Amino acid sequence: MRSVTRADRRRAIGWMVLRRLVMMVPVVALTSVIVFVLAAASPFDPLAGYLGDRYLTAGADEQERLRGTLGLDDPWYAQYGQWVTTLLSGDLGTSRVYGQPVVDVLAERLPWTVLLAGTALALAIVVALCLGVWSAWRHGGMLDRLVAGLAHAVEGIPPFVVALAAIGIFALGLSWFPVAGLTEPGADVTFGQVVTHMALPASVLACSQVPWLLLHVRQSMIAALGEDYVTGARARGLPLPVIVLRHALPTALLPFVTLVGVRLPELVTGAILVESVFSWPGVADAVVRAAVEVDFALLAALTLLAAVAVLLGSLLADVLYAVLDPRVATDG
Amino acid sequence: MGDAAARTKRTSPGRAGGPHETSAPADAAQRTGETAADEHGWIDAGRPWTRARRSRLRLSARQRLAVGIGVVIALVAYAVAVPIVAGFDERAVDLSASGMPPSWAQPFGTDMAGRDLFVRAAAGLRISLLIAGTCAILSTVLGVLVGVLAGGLGRWVDRIVMRLVDTVNAIPHLLLGIVIVALYRGNVIAIVASITLTHWAPVARLIRSEVLSLRQREFVDAAISGGAGRIWVIRRHFVPAIVPQAVVAAALLLPHAVWHESALSFLGLGLPPHRASLGTLLDEARESLLLGSWWTLVFPSLMLVAATLAIAACGAAWRDHVLPRRRSEELP
Repeated sequence: MRSVTRADRRRAIGWMVLRRLVMMVPVVALTSVIVFVLAAASPFDPLAGYLGDRYLTAGADEQERLRGTLGLDDPWYAQYGQWVTTLLSGDLGTSRVYGQPVVDVLAERLPWTVLLAGTALALAIVVALCLGVWSAWRHGGMLDRLVAGLAHAVEGIPPFVVALAAIGIFALGLSWFPVAGLTEPGADVTFGQVVTHMALPASVLACSQVPWLLLHVRQSMIAALGEDYVTGARARGLPLPVIVLRHALPTALLPFVTLVGVRLPELVTGAILVESVFSWPGVADAVVRAAVEVDFALLAALTLLAAVAVLLGSLLADVLYAVLDPRVATDG
Repeated sequence: MGDAAARTKRTSPGRAGGPHETSAPADAAQRTGETAADEHGWIDAGRPWTRARRSRLRLSARQRLAVGIGVVIALVAYAVAVPIVAGFDERAVDLSASGMPPSWAQPFGTDMAGRDLFVRAAAGLRISLLIAGTCAILSTVLGVLVGVLAGGLGRWVDRIVMRLVDTVNAIPHLLLGIVIVALYRGNVIAIVASITLTHWAPVARLIRSEVLSLRQREFVDAAISGGAGRIWVIRRHFVPAIVPQAVVAAALLLPHAVWHESALSFLGLGLPPHRASLGTLLDEARESLLLGSWWTLVFPSLMLVAATLAIAACGAAWRDHVLPRRRSEELP
């Protein structure tokens, strides 16, 4: 039997990526079907979405004519086919709420969401790793119990409550940070403005992600500290920091990579709530506005975008896991 | 400190509570899996006082369950009794008493429309619990049906169902919920459907895996070789094994459902603003917080957090009681 070379491993990972990408297609397609069928079965009249405010003033025969030209009387699968064809040609439709093409809305808002969510995730990972490792190190001590207890308590508080509490304490009570928005009214979008305005929402979003990650890091760290090779290292008389950071931590970190990938839907959920509370001009805030005003084109585009982002995120995490840990299987 | 020390530690009576006594009453304690690795605890073995202190401060599983049940009963009693005893409509507006801070007559203060928050929070808690209870039961029933069908029938049914489960899991739950509520606006059924249709997937996955493992058992083989039909095997052998799982899943879904309903109402997509629910109360707190009325945020949030944490603690404790084997595995 031939031993597995690096090139073999690389090829196997490449195949895994390809297979997963192909598997994504039916899932995304099914998502679009679900969203479309939900809309088609709803009492909401797509003509109202198309006409907007003119819906009330347009006459009955004009409405009939438009219905015919737009194909709204066709069966849902024909309409779905038409919708998907336009989507695939790159035309995401026009957002009624923002009065501009959906593509422009996304281009304008997506960077802010990526900035906020990325900062929050990075912050959450750093905090979770530091506190998780530290509390596993001091397992059973005061600090460990304090951290674990706090993590459980914070996990039970919904992000929007944390967000409101943060506004109440840090923005209104102490006046350290602005209440909401991207900049002061009328001010230019400068680095300083964005950083001061992002501090609170990013911390709150990070806060909603930290407990779960922290508890997992702590758990896998505790498990790693119980392994034989750690006992061996102790028997050899190595100093504690070396054992914890060089022996136990690398093994404990591996599953963490997939955990972050698994956590993406939660990050999206948190972003929706946090952006809405802080009026952050990102896509998650647009989701809420589009939903309140029943802007189907925008809502559908954002839902598909979220599904693709979640799938790509978990794929990325799995690939990273396979690259980092040669024991991980690449099939199935 | 070697194996011998670890062994004496493992059998020491000071740890009668077992490895599961480490954490605050939260669902996450079990999800992150306080597993056998906990028992190694080699770092604190050199500090005997931690063990003594731990056993004094920590609650046993039984005590935790008692506390959880006590809190739940108190909250339910508050939610049911207060609106009846108060004897007036919680929607009654009294602008002369607008924005009053907590006092003996009105322990939770009043909101901007002068409505008594003590009564309103009770009414909100009642509606939130009712909706969440309905959703938890419905989505468990749906999940069990789908899971049993997928696991029992196998083949193409299984493949299609699992693809559907993947898809529902790929869309962040709150986002899919928002899409549903946006398209079917304005009634409680839409909210119930929104929560039910987003929460059945994990239950279905769990039940399916249980069915698949049941299929490997000898008594099922014996029944099939004895000439039993598919439906008979499902009814006779599978359902009795699955019911406890389903009940636990429903209990654990309940806090999620409370959370989801309040998030939807908070975003202005759930119940109409005059209907008190924990979410609409917090939505109103968003405005009144800017005017300095901290009590409009604090008391409804306390209700929300207390209710979800207490229910989660009961669910987790009960799961450990009914399904000790499942402790460290992931449940919805």
